[in-house]
Amino acid sequence: MEQWKVLLVDDEAEFVSALSERLMLRGLDARTASSGEEAFRLVENDPPQVVVLDVMMPGLGGIEVLQHLKRHHPGIQIVLLTGMTGTLQSDEARRLGAFECLTKPLNIDELIKVINAAIAARDEPQP
Amino acid sequence: MSPGKWWNILHLLNIPEEGSSPERYRVLRRNIIFLMLLVTILPLFFMALVNYHEYQTRLKEEIVNPLRILVNKTKHSFELFLAERLSAVSFIASAYSFDQLAEEKALNRIFTVMKQEFGGFVDLGLIDVTGLQVSYVGPYNLSGKNYADQPWFHEVQVRGSYISDVFMGYRRFPHLVIAVQHWTDSGRTWILRATIDTEKFNNLIASMGLDAKSDGFLLNKSGVLQTPSRTIGGVLEPLPLPLPPVSYEANVIEGNDGDGRHIILAYTYFAHAPYVLMVIKQAGEVLKSWYTLKTEIFFIFSASVLAILLVVFKLTDLLVRQMRESEERREAAFREMEHTHKLSSIGRLAAGVAHEINNPMAIINEKAGLMKDLIEYGGGFPEKDKFLSLADAILQSVNRCRSITHRLLGFARRMEVQIEVLDLNEVIRETLTFLEKESQYRNVEFHLQLAEDLPQIASDRGQLQQVFLNLLNNALAAVRDGGTISITTREKDADTETVCIEDDGCGMSKETLKHVFEPFYTTKKGEGTGLGLPITYGIVKKLGGDITVQSMEGKGTTITIYLPKRSEATTGREY
Repeated sequence: MEQWKVLLVDDEAEFVSALSERLMLRGLDARTASSGEEAFRLVENDPPQVVVLDVMMPGLGGIEVLQHLKRHHPGIQIVLLTGMTGTLQSDEARRLGAFECLTKPLNIDELIKVINAAIAARDEPQP
Repeated sequence: MSPGKWWNILHLLNIPEEGSSPERYRVLRRNIIFLMLLVTILPLFFMALVNYHEYQTRLKEEIVNPLRILVNKTKHSFELFLAERLSAVSFIASAYSFDQLAEEKALNRIFTVMKQEFGGFVDLGLIDVTGLQVSYVGPYNLSGKNYADQPWFHEVQVRGSYISDVFMGYRRFPHLVIAVQHWTDSGRTWILRATIDTEKFNNLIASMGLDAKSDGFLLNKSGVLQTPSRTIGGVLEPLPLPLPPVSYEANVIEGNDGDGRHIILAYTYFAHAPYVLMVIKQAGEVLKSWYTLKTEIFFIFSASVLAILLVVFKLTDLLVRQMRESEERREAAFREMEHTHKLSSIGRLAAGVAHEINNPMAIINEKAGLMKDLIEYGGGFPEKDKFLSLADAILQSVNRCRSITHRLLGFARRMEVQIEVLDLNEVIRETLTFLEKESQYRNVEFHLQLAEDLPQIASDRGQLQQVFLNLLNNALAAVRDGGTISITTREKDADTETVCIEDDGCGMSKETLKHVFEPFYTTKKGEGTGLGLPITYGIVKKLGGDITVQSMEGKGTTITIYLPKRSEATTGREY
């Protein structure tokens, strides 16, 4: 089975490092980036199937990174992480091309489920 | 009025800003009433006063002037009558010599002619310088009588002529005497004396044409009647009043008669005779029209004052009440605005805090999760179970924090209102499905009294569901197991429908009731966020409705939601 590549982008290094380890424990190839720029570099070198992206970041914000990635790598599925709940954010995120929008703190099982769903949806034609 | 006092009155225009509200409105009402009465009744009063005096003067003139003219005219008639008689006697005294007059036969002839030409003569006599009656023609035998010691004899010698007061003659008829002294060129003097009856006086008085209630008569200068009077009595009766001040022109004065009746008195003194002509009229009769007018003026004034009082009081009451109501409305609106503002600031603060806390929470979550993963995936970890339970405890706490921050964010987040036409009963039934499990488990009965044919309203389904869910959750928390929660819907009026949620639970204290819509006020220590009711309140207000809470400790709580049928929701407001 192919090992899916997931890129975690968040300025909180402690958060992404722990999360990447947990994802790796669950069989995913998880890498981390602490900013939008770093994420772009990593995506150029080795595009992942899924990018898990925090909305609130200093410098390039999550939404800008999302728009940039969708423009240059439409094949990559993006899961947004926000501090907010509610339909507004997820609707907005979907409109911008994100696959799903999750709120922090995360439930690891839910994240895995969403990542799997995103990978599955990747092969289907975009609506 | 001194400037200081004026200033005090102007002071009344100031409305006390301080002090308790009812006091303030009472002062305001008093001041307005006082000022309004001042500016209406004072001019009215002055106008009435001026009118009163003006009318009084005019009417009295109208009544008094004819009277004065009448008295003057009659006096002239009297004077003419007396002057004629005096001239006649004077002429005879001059035309004949002493010797001719001393002869009674000749005197008798002259007297006869005189009686024919001038009415009223009763007798005629010649008196010499010593006062001795030399000759006499008349009904009495007065020849040889000496008048030397009588006052009139001296007066005629001093003044040349004399008119006496009226006196009763031997035949009990009123008479008066006139006498004239004559000087010849040679220095010889004699006096001619005639008696006249006063019948003619009565004719002159009668010719005044006085009405039945008026009285006209002649007096001498001691106030004794010279002609009979209708009210006072016959000739020589004294006037029961003091004589008025001397005036040779007709004068009119007011006074009271002996019985205290108000009278008008017109009189004049005679210049060449010892008489006073007097007319007495009853003021009540004469001034009848004036009294009527006076009553009318008084009546109109009183009626106007009454009307002014009524209008001023009613108007002021209305004015002050409206002022008070509008001020109260303003205050209520201000309080509500303040409350909304408070909610919104707290919302923003809460959102900020939640965001900030979420990041470290996420780290704790992942670290603890990783610890758990490592223990689970690693295997052979000493005291594995204990560490797993520790990690789980951390994760559970994180979850609790997460639910708190999410609720805070829910409170703070933008509430987008999506209006649709919906059936309130249906929304309530939908909401109840969320609570079925708990109510069955706790044996709590939902007693539905949903109005049939409830018209559909335009509102936001999701928001309403949250409102009902919040309120029903609270009700569920309040009731004991086996309690009852009734939900009633009804059409309040053409614009409003109400939903009433009533429980028979523990109720709230007055203190709690006061803070029930304040954020972070909670009685569920450790469990509640204190945001349920504020959120509910915010939503209902946003949907253009209102919410009221009634509660009695130990008896239960009734919450009523008023919802407009047509949407007036304020969309997109930051909360």
